[in-house]
Amino acid sequence: MATKKFMFVNRKAPYGTVYALESLEVVLIAAAFDQDISLAFIDDGVYQITKGQDTTGIGQKNFSNAYKALGDYDISKMYVEKESLEERGLTPDDLMNLVWEDEDDDYKEKSSIILVNREEMAAVMAEQEVTLSF
Amino acid sequence: MAMLHIVNKSPFEKVTFDSCLGHASAGDSILMIEDAAVGAIDGTVFADKLKAAMADKSVYVLVGDLTARGLSEDRLIDGVKAVDYAGFVDLTVDNEKTQSWL
Repeated sequence: MATKKFMFVNRKAPYGTVYALESLEVVLIAAAFDQDISLAFIDDGVYQITKGQDTTGIGQKNFSNAYKALGDYDISKMYVEKESLEERGLTPDDLMNLVWEDEDDDYKEKSSIILVNREEMAAVMAEQEVTLSF
Repeated sequence: MAMLHIVNKSPFEKVTFDSCLGHASAGDSILMIEDAAVGAIDGTVFADKLKAAMADKSVYVLVGDLTARGLSEDRLIDGVKAVDYAGFVDLTVDNEKTQSWL
């Protein structure tokens, strides 16, 4: 089957709406079809991958750990926009440690998070063949 | 007659919060819940607006919504009060009226 470059654009905070969780579901489906997948976290989407999420107070399932498993599905490109973090008083230190294992480099763990500015994000978006927005 | 304004939209995504701040009166209370909770922390592009509103209004955030999004109470803007669901109920009792900004 032909492989295409897929990008999932995540722009919403988790839990308040169902978009973040739905995006994650579709990402896993696309991964099952061996597609070339990138995730973009812009605007409020950056809250999806903050560390230390604790949902006990709202009675919803905490699905943030699922992002940590994406490396096992060969998803290793998580583009995070610097401006989106800064506007929200966040830094890269506020994000989860998301990694993948590089089988061509003795299975070394490498970070999946790629910090880019808005202009660089636009360039990555322009390279895609299929874009799904959540 | 003090009013409790309940906002559930992120101030970075929708104009709901701006509209609320523009229509709330001195002495009113504003409660940030769900996605609105992200606007309660300091260092954001929204913080100055909220601080200005706090000159004559009280601001609260539902703490469960804050921590669900990976934000801790120590990052709140000074003066924003964290409340749990029981505190939410108290606010609805203490205020004569309630307006939910959807």
